Amino acid sequence: MKLTLKIWRQKNSTDKGGFVTYVADHVSKDMSFLEMLDVLNDQLTERGVDPVHFDHDCREGICGMCSLYINGKPHGPLQTTTCQLHMRSFSDGETITIEPWRAKAFPVVKDLVVNRSAFDRIIQAGGYVSVNTGGAPDANEIPIPKNVADLAMDAAQCIGCGACVAACKNASAMLFTSAKISQLALLPQGQVERKTRAEKMVAQMDAEGFGACTNTGACEAECPKGISITNIARMNREYFSAVVSSDTM
Amino acid sequence: MSWVTKTLNSTLGRKLIMALTGLFLILFLSGHVSGNLLLFKGDGGQAFNMYAKFMTTNPAVKLLSYLTYISVLGHILYSILLAQHNKSARPVPYSTSKGSTNSAWSSRNMGVLGTIILIFLVVHLQGFWAKMHWGEVPMVTYAGEEYKDLYLIVNEAFKQVWLVALYVISMVFLGFHLSHGFASAFQTLGLNHNKYSPAIKMVGTLYCILVPSLFAAMPLYIHFSSY
Amino acid sequence: MILDSKIPAGPLAEKWTNHKFSSKLVNPANKRKYDVIVVGTGLAGASAAASLAELGYIVKAFCFQDSPRRAHSIAAQGGINAAKNYQNDGDSIYRLFYDTIKGGDYRAREANVYRLAEVSVKIIDQCVAQGVPFAREYGGLLANRSFGGAQVSRTFYARGQTGQQLLLGAYSALSRQVANGKVKLYPRTEMMDLVVIDGHAKGIVTRNLITGAVETHAAHAVLLCTGGYGNVFFLSTNAMGSNVTAAWRAHKRGAFFANPCFTQIHPTCIPVSGDHQSKLTLMSESLRNDGRVWVPASQEIAEKLRKGQIKANDIKEEDRDYFLERNYPSFGNLVPRDVASRNAKYVCDQGLGVNETGEAVFLDFRYAITRDTREIIEQKYGNLFEMYKQITGEDPYEMPMMIYPAVHYTMGGLWVDYNLMTTVPGLYALGEANFSEHGANRLGASALMQGLADGYFVVPYTVGDYLAQLAPKQVDETHPEFARIKEEVQNRINMLLQINGTKPVDYFHRRLGKIMWNECGMARTIKGLKGAKAEIQALKKEFWSNVKVMATNEELNQSLEKANRVADFLELGELMVDDALHRNESCGGHFREEYQTPDGEALRDDENFAYVAAWKYLGEGQEEELVKEELVFENVKLTQRSYK
Ligand SMILES: Cc1cc2nc3c(=O)[nH]c(=O)nc-3n(C[C@H](O)[C@H](O)[C@H](O)COP(=O)(O)OP(=O)(O)OC[C@H]3O[C@@H](n4cnc5c(N)ncnc54)[C@H](O)[C@@H]3O)c2cc1C
Ligand code: HEM
Ligand code: FES
Repeated sequence: MKLTLKIWRQKNSTDKGGFVTYVADHVSKDMSFLEMLDVLNDQLTERGVDPVHFDHDCREGICGMCSLYINGKPHGPLQTTTCQLHMRSFSDGETITIEPWRAKAFPVVKDLVVNRSAFDRIIQAGGYVSVNTGGAPDANEIPIPKNVADLAMDAAQCIGCGACVAACKNASAMLFTSAKISQLALLPQGQVERKTRAEKMVAQMDAEGFGACTNTGACEAECPKGISITNIARMNREYFSAVVSSDTM
Repeated sequence: MSWVTKTLNSTLGRKLIMALTGLFLILFLSGHVSGNLLLFKGDGGQAFNMYAKFMTTNPAVKLLSYLTYISVLGHILYSILLAQHNKSARPVPYSTSKGSTNSAWSSRNMGVLGTIILIFLVVHLQGFWAKMHWGEVPMVTYAGEEYKDLYLIVNEAFKQVWLVALYVISMVFLGFHLSHGFASAFQTLGLNHNKYSPAIKMVGTLYCILVPSLFAAMPLYIHFSSY
Repeated sequence: MILDSKIPAGPLAEKWTNHKFSSKLVNPANKRKYDVIVVGTGLAGASAAASLAELGYIVKAFCFQDSPRRAHSIAAQGGINAAKNYQNDGDSIYRLFYDTIKGGDYRAREANVYRLAEVSVKIIDQCVAQGVPFAREYGGLLANRSFGGAQVSRTFYARGQTGQQLLLGAYSALSRQVANGKVKLYPRTEMMDLVVIDGHAKGIVTRNLITGAVETHAAHAVLLCTGGYGNVFFLSTNAMGSNVTAAWRAHKRGAFFANPCFTQIHPTCIPVSGDHQSKLTLMSESLRNDGRVWVPASQEIAEKLRKGQIKANDIKEEDRDYFLERNYPSFGNLVPRDVASRNAKYVCDQGLGVNETGEAVFLDFRYAITRDTREIIEQKYGNLFEMYKQITGEDPYEMPMMIYPAVHYTMGGLWVDYNLMTTVPGLYALGEANFSEHGANRLGASALMQGLADGYFVVPYTVGDYLAQLAPKQVDETHPEFARIKEEVQNRINMLLQINGTKPVDYFHRRLGKIMWNECGMARTIKGLKGAKAEIQALKKEFWSNVKVMATNEELNQSLEKANRVADFLELGELMVDDALHRNESCGGHFREEYQTPDGEALRDDENFAYVAAWKYLGEGQEEELVKEELVFENVKLTQRSYK
């Protein structure tokens, strides 16, 4: 296959940046999308051009590091991660536009690499159960109905890639935030801090500059792990009931 | 900031206001459309005019109408606040974006749809509501009692093709606004459940077709029946 | 030189309890006067950093990814072992201990392994308390599955994403301490070197991967939790960034490197599809619970298959050879990884391979699907099947999967004593980065267990014991040693940038990987290893004269990052070959063709090789010195491992 690649290049966070067009030749259908970029990068290096920078690590669709906006969609045409996308999803002669995630809260670091530490700060605001190592009761002491554990797991599967933010027209982080709030709200272990968790995580999400939710459902449709927006509804419930009943003024 | 203002300034709080005001407006529209069905009665407008008088004088209805004004204003104000906030959340736009593959058109264009509804509202309120309240309206007498003849005004107004067209088109947009808005409001309130959400979606779909259609039928009916 | 493993005296089952009691303690008010550096935020690092911060120490945590949550542990699929015996199937701490020692082909320390089995039960409690959504039965209690090398069901799991859920649990504990101000996070920061002052580890030198700034950090103790070095093979199931740099630099500063040649080749990975391949994808071992491994019974059928003339489903039952079930009737498809891998290689070498390259065997779910229905299989393995389909374009519900062994885990690593301290006082190694509990072969679902055991339950005691012996005064960062090592790091970076050769870094990495895979992979020979050593040396020379690293240090520079890591892999590769060469026996993942039983099993030599091979760095260009830690087995009897 021969492809034309329109790739966003930006030297650093202060640079204005712009698209540069490259041609990728001899692309095989079995390559993953990132392997296609690896080959391009090796060619660029040999020509003395700084390779295209992009985030990736596990290449198994689980670490959430890869983050390319391909042809107008986060992670490209399939509902999967960029690293799990293969060239058989494209056709010979196609032009592929590759951009970084775009959001105020995700500033571009270089080329296609963005800074997603806002997500870490949202978790730091309350995405945990405050148990110290060593003090835990026996794991089977509190039975948890299978369907509840399954629902919690559905939410907990989030890989924190940020595709939800990238897909949302408002660059909203509700799906990410709600997934963690939901997981812990569903499980008995999360009950003690349930209210403050919802309040604090939502406040942090807002402070980071993410947009609000219009319930378009784009996040769910693009989420590589299929996290459902029922989690957003649950977060809203958790938040509204927390603010009216908690002790925080 | 107190917890109330803090909450109402949060993204979730703002959406809560959108949802509550939106739902109230939906309720209002239901009442409005049922009352206005009297236009189809073919009694020369008597029932309609009596209903109109009742609506402008009854104290309970007064209270509801104030709530409606607040809802409209609140809905608009918060839609502006949200739109600004949402826009600032993505300062650099994408060069290409295929929103159509992951979401419904109406959900991505609530602001545009709302703005068109707003323009319509201005025309509508100025044409009927303002007239009814403060304007010169001819009077009719039924059973010895005097009534403003709003029916006549409506009839006169809808002789103009452009106005009929504006009404019909606006109702299409209202339909789209509600095709997303109805279910969305429930989601915002956190009411999403396997058992009930399908029903909410269905009622929403029915509502967003039925109510705007009935509204649109009124100017059409009057326009064509007056020939 | 004699290596002191500091194994406490007393009966096996009481060693750890006694040791904890005799460890010195730091007074609670003094804890905040001690700084601890934790490099790596995988299961080992995140759990250690969080637990130490909970105790009151001031912790700095480093990782090269943009968030601690993305450490490679996230990719573990199958599960985590623990001797809970919730299934009432005869499990016990002793059995887990025994299985692990045996699975490791008797090349691990009894005391360490026993402690691992002992704390395993607390790990599950801790994780559940954090909100880790393990799989459950309808009654609400925890579910288990079976893994290779064990005849009990003791593996806890969270769908096919156990590592993810455990890591997110540890990450949440870490995040809580970040919020408390007890941990300062340094993401996108790579450890470049270790600072040793007066024989004690006192800090590290790092490079900020975004600005390129080379910085120093001082502390009273340094914990390396930097994962394994499987990427020396270029193609492995490890994440692209996994590297040996931190461990290797520590090695060059005095920490011994133990059993470097013990690598685990995992039997169930998606086969290589072409030269462009950048990594290999693991299909969890748990699949062997329900999948049956087979190849065609004859070469002709295999040939037809490879040419695409027939499909797997066309092959009749009697023409299929379920070689694991045939060779190992009692463990069947659930033999340990080294055995399964070697058998797959063996049948493929005989011309029975089933894909175009002839390097693949089938893993078939047809039987499980007819037995249990598709829904049940989907529930258990849905995401793995999805992943397989995504990568290969084939539907494993319809067609059997094709699998082949791939490099997966490195049992070798920095030598540590019972306290997990390396030969540099104050420097600890945890998780996959150390060599400790798995001997010559790791059992499935034991790495997660070890990482969390080290971080949650071992190091909080043993680091305290060390710190209690230091005065609670700040480490002096103005010590000239910090400046000296910082300069060395900068010089090396400049050197890499100045070579300006003609070939990108991956070119060298791929070549190194080929050499390692062919000669130091699943089967090793004296001739091959000797050749490999020379080849690696030549490749290293070529690298340092012809690599091309673009751009500058003062920016995000991924080619510089890679070059820096590959430079260390080149040195490590040579040591691995040395280690494999010297170990004249076969054991676990180390299979020397010269040493095998008549039916092709690994032939151990307990008389001469029941020791840990710890290597001491002596200087640039010099052969490393071998130091042996003899392994003493007081509780288990060394036998020929048999899974027949
Ligand atoms: C695909 C796959 C599946 C697996 N499945 C299982 C399973 O089911 N059960 C099981 O028990 N085990 C499994 N394993 C093995 C297990 O996942 C790992 O051995 C274990 O997670 C290692 O954890 P760790 O904390 O030691 O290191 P890692 O999780 O690898 O973490 C390394 C950390 O060190 C950091 N780091 C590395 N180098 C540097 C540096 N120079 N500077 C700064 N930071 C650095 C990284 O950023 C990272 O945070 C699997 C492994 C793979 C590859
Ligand atoms: C009678 C008229 C109207 C009704 C019944 C109505 C109803 C609704 C409802 C139910 C919602 C969904 C709220 C939610 O998602 O929680 C909504 C959203 C919205 N409405 Fe209206 N609306 C009306 C008029 C308007 C007007 C006049 C405007 C604008 C000026 C407007 C702008 C919006 C916007 C922008 C949203 C989306 C907000 C967001 O989610 O970001 N609407 N409307
Ligand atoms: S690289 Fe890990 S999810 Fe894509």
